[in-house]
Amino acid sequence: MTRRIRVAIFLPALGLFGVLLAWALVGIPDFGHYRGPYGYLLNRVALPERHMTNVVTSVVFDYRGFDTMGEEFILFAAVLGVVLLLRQGGREQPDELNDSVGSDGVRIGGVLAVGACVLVSLWLIAYGFVTPGGGFQGGAALASSVVLVFLVSSHKAWSGVASDHALDPFDGVGAGGYVVIGLGALIGGLPFLTNVLGPGVPGTLWSGGSAAFVNWSAGMEVAAANLILFTEFIDEYVVPLAAGDTAG
Amino acid sequence: MLVASLEPLQYSIFILVAIAATAVVLTRDVQRQIVVNGFYGILLVILFVVFAAPDVALSMLAVSTVGYPLVVLIAIAKGRAK
Repeated sequence: MTRRIRVAIFLPALGLFGVLLAWALVGIPDFGHYRGPYGYLLNRVALPERHMTNVVTSVVFDYRGFDTMGEEFILFAAVLGVVLLLRQGGREQPDELNDSVGSDGVRIGGVLAVGACVLVSLWLIAYGFVTPGGGFQGGAALASSVVLVFLVSSHKAWSGVASDHALDPFDGVGAGGYVVIGLGALIGGLPFLTNVLGPGVPGTLWSGGSAAFVNWSAGMEVAAANLILFTEFIDEYVVPLAAGDTAG
Repeated sequence: MLVASLEPLQYSIFILVAIAATAVVLTRDVQRQIVVNGFYGILLVILFVVFAAPDVALSMLAVSTVGYPLVVLIAIAKGRAK
């Protein structure tokens, strides 16, 4: 395809898209003038009904908890796929990688950062239904904090913290726990994922009822799933490359 | 109109995000692009905070500073090794 033909196709498409985009932008409501009914409705009922001060979490893990279960299993299936493709049974352990960070300052600062970040992440998960945060955000942050260990120390230290054997059960229990909490309501003769433990005291750790446990379960799953992902990538790609560099 | 209803802080961050996004596209060297993309990610985090979406900002913080750069760096390293 010559440049002329490409331009001849591109320009009309650009014009059409530009017109549609401009049309859509003109029709956008003013900032802060939301038109749907659900936001106003939920802002009014979430605290009296569920005693959760974070309305977003009350939607994600309670009002629409069934949808979130599907989302959680998307992540679970994606990580399962990565593990099936990358994890090689009985791969030979590479020679000890000599990748320790030399600078004491980086190591000390790094270790302090790991501690601080892990603490903040756990708080984000634990209080996800009281203050901004939640299982998904906190889980991703927790996994990222642990990856800092690899960045500021060595592969050896990282393997000690994040191993397949330790992480797999957390991933499974986190994903399965969500379903088990949902089934618990069914045993009591109520619809799946009904908030049977709620509503609790607003603004405290005991305010979400069942949704609090669903939130913690999702936090565990998301953290473990992300760490498994990083472990597989680091073991299958980074370590062989680094070993090749030192050998060559 | 949408623009009239925004406060100065809100459209300042919009403009910064637009500049950073353009900078990401215009950076040709992939390793530098990751660093520029990191700045872009942080600006998006600030954008979400300014527009009162702290939950989204928290997710974006972890994804844009650790998750995405790590996976992209590994992909680049893998490509170079071949």
